[in-house]
Amino acid sequence: MSSPDGTAPPDRPADGTPAPQAEPQIEDLVVGEPAGPAPHFEGLAAAHADDQPTQAAAAATATGPKLELGPVGHLGDRLFAGLARGSGGLVVAIVAFVGVFLLALAIPALADNQSSFLFSRVWEPGGEEPRFGIAALFYTTVVSSIIAMVIAVPIAVGVALFTTYYAPKRLAAPVAHAIDLLAAVPSIIYGLWGILFFAPILRPVIDGVSGALGWLPVFEKPTGDNVGVVFTASVVLAIMILPVVTAISREIFAQTPIAHREGALALGATRWEMIRISVLPYGRSGVVSASMLGLGRALGETVAVLIILSVPNGNDPWNSSIFAGGETFASKIANNAAEFDSPEKTGAYIAAGLVLFVVTFLVNSAARLIVARSGPGGKRPRRNRSAGGAAAKEGAVA
Amino acid sequence: MSVLAANKPAYDGQTLDLSGKSGARAFKNTLATVLIVLAFAVALIPLLWILWTVISKGYSLLFDANWWSQSQRGVTVRREGGGAYHAVMGTLIMGLITAAIAVPIAILGAIYLVEYGKGTKAARAVSFMVDILTGVPSIVAALFVYAVWITVFGFNRVGFAVSLSLVLLMLPVVLRSTEEMLKLVPDELREASYALGVPKWKTILKVVVPTAFGGIVTGVMLGLARVMGETAPLLILVGYSKNINLNPFDGFMGALPTMINQDRTELALEPAADRVWAAALTLILLVLALNLLARLVARFSAIKSK
Repeated sequence: MSSPDGTAPPDRPADGTPAPQAEPQIEDLVVGEPAGPAPHFEGLAAAHADDQPTQAAAAATATGPKLELGPVGHLGDRLFAGLARGSGGLVVAIVAFVGVFLLALAIPALADNQSSFLFSRVWEPGGEEPRFGIAALFYTTVVSSIIAMVIAVPIAVGVALFTTYYAPKRLAAPVAHAIDLLAAVPSIIYGLWGILFFAPILRPVIDGVSGALGWLPVFEKPTGDNVGVVFTASVVLAIMILPVVTAISREIFAQTPIAHREGALALGATRWEMIRISVLPYGRSGVVSASMLGLGRALGETVAVLIILSVPNGNDPWNSSIFAGGETFASKIANNAAEFDSPEKTGAYIAAGLVLFVVTFLVNSAARLIVARSGPGGKRPRRNRSAGGAAAKEGAVA
Repeated sequence: MSVLAANKPAYDGQTLDLSGKSGARAFKNTLATVLIVLAFAVALIPLLWILWTVISKGYSLLFDANWWSQSQRGVTVRREGGGAYHAVMGTLIMGLITAAIAVPIAILGAIYLVEYGKGTKAARAVSFMVDILTGVPSIVAALFVYAVWITVFGFNRVGFAVSLSLVLLMLPVVLRSTEEMLKLVPDELREASYALGVPKWKTILKVVVPTAFGGIVTGVMLGLARVMGETAPLLILVGYSKNINLNPFDGFMGALPTMINQDRTELALEPAADRVWAAALTLILLVLALNLLARLVARFSAIKSK
């Protein structure tokens, strides 16, 4: 036992944290030991290991983790608190730095830009007269993500209800894990599978919808047999965000107070009526925020979209139809990494990245705001906890 | 008219017709059940289909010892042979460097949020920033590191730059999960420790963190699984090398996602296609193993609450 208990209490700065008066200089303190025997608190004199009653020591090893306590170290406390605060500060600094830095690099490029950044569809960032605008990127990004959300949310709600209120108890957990596994598949594999195997079976759907509704520009079908279209990307994105939306919805549906559910059943409601009048109203805001988080995911997804979407070119110019190719912010940036050779060009891509950052941020903030405002069930005091749980779940599914 | 309808129940505007188990109600109930089970089936299809595709096309090469011990050096898309050693090592090296940087910051940050800053304005600011970081798309993180590392400092595209951008993605995942676990540690444990005169920092290190350790490990593994499958930062921040390069500070580096990306345009050629699917299967196995391990750790170390 080599505790440095020789260091006397007088060394301790007087201003420090409120220390107990007769600070016990104890070794081998035991958490969870029943009714601390007197010797532990006899003060400085008891600082030697020899003074410890042997039964206490034996009990110590048996009952719980052993703590080796030196003298109360204010230095240690200050150092550790400093480290923890420093890490917190570092996180703030990193985010601020990312924002400021991207802005600083984007501004010169934007200043040189000869066309409207927000409303132009041209993308020629290099040269004497750089011209670039994000209108087309913004359109494709938002449209593909919203379609993905519209497809994913009803299925996710169905799956969440299945795992919480329909599946047999023994099946529920494995089923939930199986859906979570979808989140473990890397996005490049979604991309490959999407374009090679999934896109061909979407072909009839595309033909059918564009045949019936093709007079609408959004559903117009360009000539050719291109399957690398926005719609295909959207369906694959829907599969990719399904686990996130499911996990959060599941969490919130499971929290529906049992009194609400049993009340409904006691009134003679069928299972579906019970869900409609107790579970769904309770989980509504949670589902909305889960959808927004899913939307945020879809907006920033890069590689799957990059692989699936065919890039508009001379023969196949930009088209507002969801059955045409296109580029999102993320796929544009990733596709043109080789072009980052001059600061002006890089600046243009950074400006696009910044817009993506802001859009994603707004969507995520909206999701969190909805959770914070209403929480599951409306006015429950537990709402903060639930919001945290949902956020953690989102992290875990990531 | 039922009694309930007469009493106007407060189901925010919805009236519930409970007049006996009529055919319509039973039908709606059955329809809902069918739809919900169908939704589940629809969700399972892509999972099974993807797994089937990757396994059936990729398994054969994985049983080849060369796959785990050789690189693609000198192997062209038309030739068979070579392995994924360079890519597996690259993915592991970049992932581990990422974890080495992100995990300490994330855990200390979570400790700050739960143990030191609780309820303060500063903690709310940190928490808000973590929320922002959670939503940062990987391509934006990569672009940021590109701007700092290459545009401003003029360094080369190397593996370490990838790790730096992955830190931005891993940090919020680990921080949030650690925070949730620390919150679950019962206050009685902290109070018992303080009552015994244990200083705060030792209480945190020897009581709070060990209690939440399983959960923290789970978070770290899930975070690692997430960043190892990322492709976007690899595309921008490091070139793909067919050779074995274990130095993250010099030269291009292979990685499983970029190995898939490299040959995905040559899928008509059988040797290239075999390698793409085998690399995909290797990557899925790696990520899946981390995920399953994380869940196992979580199951066996859950904090017992009363």
